[in-house]
Amino acid sequence: MQAELIEIRNHLSQHPPFDELPESLLELIASNVEVSYVRAGTAICRFGDPSTYLYYLRSGAVEIYRRSGELYNRLEEGEFFGQFGLMMNKTVRFPANALEDSLLYLIPAAVFQTLWESDDNFADYVEIEDRTRLRSAISNREQGNDLMTAKVSRLIGRPAVTAPTTVRLQEAARIMTEQGVSSLLLMDESQSPAVMAGIVTDRDLRTRALVDALPSETPIQDIMSNELITIRADEFIFEAMLSMLHNNVHHLPVVDKGEPRGVISLSDVIKYESQNSLYLVSNIYHQNSVKGLKKVSKDVHASFVRMVNEDANSHIIGSAMAGIGRSFTQRLLELGEETLGPPPVPYCFMALGSMARDEQLVVTDQDNAMILDDSFDPAQHDDYFLALAKFVSDGLADCGYSYCTGDIMATNPKWRQPLRVWKAYFSDWIENPKAEALLNSNIFFDLDGIYGDTGMAEALKSLIASKAGDSPRFLAFLARNALNRTPPLGFFRTFVMEQDGKQNNTFNLKRRGTAPLSDLIRIHALAVGSTAQNSFERLRDIGATRLLPEGGVENLRDALEFIAIVRIRHQALAIEDGREPDNNVRPEDLSTFERNHLKDAFQVVSSAQKFLRFRYQAGSGRPRSNERRS
Amino acid sequence: MTQATADWPEQLALCAANARDPRLKAFFEAGCPNGNTPIAEVPMVAMDFETTGLDPNRHSIVSIGLVHFDYHRIQGASARHWVVRPVLPLHGQSVAVHGITHTDIGDAPDLGEIVEELLTALAGKVVVVHYRAIERPFLDVALKYRLDEGIRFPVIDTMAIEAHLHPNRHPNWWRKLRGDKPLSIRLNDSRSRYHLPHYPPHHALTDALATAELLQAQLQHHFDPQTPLADLWL
Repeated sequence: MQAELIEIRNHLSQHPPFDELPESLLELIASNVEVSYVRAGTAICRFGDPSTYLYYLRSGAVEIYRRSGELYNRLEEGEFFGQFGLMMNKTVRFPANALEDSLLYLIPAAVFQTLWESDDNFADYVEIEDRTRLRSAISNREQGNDLMTAKVSRLIGRPAVTAPTTVRLQEAARIMTEQGVSSLLLMDESQSPAVMAGIVTDRDLRTRALVDALPSETPIQDIMSNELITIRADEFIFEAMLSMLHNNVHHLPVVDKGEPRGVISLSDVIKYESQNSLYLVSNIYHQNSVKGLKKVSKDVHASFVRMVNEDANSHIIGSAMAGIGRSFTQRLLELGEETLGPPPVPYCFMALGSMARDEQLVVTDQDNAMILDDSFDPAQHDDYFLALAKFVSDGLADCGYSYCTGDIMATNPKWRQPLRVWKAYFSDWIENPKAEALLNSNIFFDLDGIYGDTGMAEALKSLIASKAGDSPRFLAFLARNALNRTPPLGFFRTFVMEQDGKQNNTFNLKRRGTAPLSDLIRIHALAVGSTAQNSFERLRDIGATRLLPEGGVENLRDALEFIAIVRIRHQALAIEDGREPDNNVRPEDLSTFERNHLKDAFQVVSSAQKFLRFRYQAGSGRPRSNERRS
Repeated sequence: MTQATADWPEQLALCAANARDPRLKAFFEAGCPNGNTPIAEVPMVAMDFETTGLDPNRHSIVSIGLVHFDYHRIQGASARHWVVRPVLPLHGQSVAVHGITHTDIGDAPDLGEIVEELLTALAGKVVVVHYRAIERPFLDVALKYRLDEGIRFPVIDTMAIEAHLHPNRHPNWWRKLRGDKPLSIRLNDSRSRYHLPHYPPHHALTDALATAELLQAQLQHHFDPQTPLADLWL
């Protein structure tokens, strides 16, 4: 009679993927396993040895290496190794050494084969690529969220109410009242078929017509908005929400194959998702003093936590928080102009860094700048703009957006300059790159005009997009700087494990995770001439080229999403516990799920950094023409 | 080690010549490796008994666990476990230790019925135990009782190895005064010195496995793989 080693079976049954094996297979393992004790420092298997076992670590610790000798992983009790050799070419691919005195259970190849063939769950677990696991973790999460799976078409209550662009003000108001709508789409009927040419809303009638007491015969064209921001019926509701937040509009015409199908309003989205950050945004616009804004700002953390608890993804949360920050800034500028009077020359207020990227979270300082019209005369005009910049900056500080420690704020005269000076700044950074200077000016390559003549910010974006891709030295310097911050290798017990095997108690998820990712995404985006600022949108532009190897864009997107969401979740937890949120995480605060997937994500960052180093070497040519975006 | 060791292959050959029971004869004829065999090449079997007490003449075997192994590997597929019906009544005290009750042994075979299987599993291998005053004497008495002839074989004792490695494990009067406790050479305490996991004690097969792992650890830490078997067997 063969006897089962119960100690072995019990231990296996507590660790994945063995914990889900049927009793019969567990018994098969336990009655065929071999056991081996290895002393610390001993080699367990060497590269190229025949693969004869799946190794299960019963106690102790084991280090796994790449063929190159580079540390790949450090395993602890209950983890296993050797599966790749068994599945691939039957030779050891990752050599292993005992880091501590270790007891190993060796599962013979034939038993492994039986498990693999007869149990799908086991097969999936051992053979799945790290990155595929990361992807499925993210999509499982997103499927649970309504906002992220429901389409805009669900919000369309009735067909779009339209009128020709030739109608007069009073007629337009009458149609809107009769139909009971808060917006009217205006169609240019001089073309066939008629095309959408503009929109008027209740608010336009109030702020543009009534305030100025326009005559009722005024052509509607005079007051309609003709830069239409639309959304497709098959886009997600969260994209509608992001668009409203980003563009500060309350109505979005919905189009389907170019035809207007309806209009969705802020209140439609708010009704759909009652606890919405849009609600906070509309509240911001109702405040008439810095004091009022400061009061509203107390809701920002709560709004953040709600979104996290509703399982929103990092793109939604980052955009919503940036939208909120942008709204504070915009409202402060409106209030500033009310106090100081209208600006003497046109200007554009720019957000930089995470706000410009739509990736803002709760622990954030203000990074901003002002572009002034080229007719700006310092002697005459600068008092005004300094006062305005100071008003905004102080107001933002009151609302929780602390002053920038690097003094990248519009209050700094260096960053309050006419457009031509800004153009010269960027041309100099790109054409005469210096590593040190670029380290400090990195943040300017994430920019977004958020108030005033935003065309000036667009002009800078175009300038950057047209020059950066043609300056390999510039990209090489950015790449070199981007490699200063590297991800950890993974986790080992309660420690963060570094690439060189050192162990730390805590690590910074921003500095070691999201920041290196957004840095390297920015460089690829600049190389392909993208004008997008958001990392996910930049990735979309990069994906339209052949710059990255196949799957590269998806891997980066998944890694960014996962690291960002862990960072977000830990900040939300801190807020809920009444602690001050920050970016530092201790491994013991991470769930097993988070640890495993973070490790996969770090792996993606690490190989992306290697690619970056290889791709942007000073002196190498510009991306080949077929890599450029069409 | 400490005591002069017999020439075991010669002794077993002698026993084989004198044995009457064919099962015992076969066991002795299988012999054992020569004393100069390097330990890394010796086939071994870790064995543990649960008993009703500590005196082989008054107490009885209730279960036997064993597993084959060598310097490199413990062969899980070779594991065996038998519950046997003791000749003497179970003592309440020992039930509390090994957890085997009257119900468990109701249908259990007498040791005599499994002797052949047991001896076959041990044949040709060196038996490894933790504390040699149990398995060898208990088996000897049990076989004498049933077959009218006893058994002899070499053992490696992992507890004796620990005792040898820690000759000063008992604190002197001064350290005793300070409250120092003697260093324990019990199975689980010895294992923890080699960072082996804790196993719940008093299951014969688990203890046999625990003993095999302990010997592997002792050999790796303190002995050259070329160490002759004769340095270790008793």
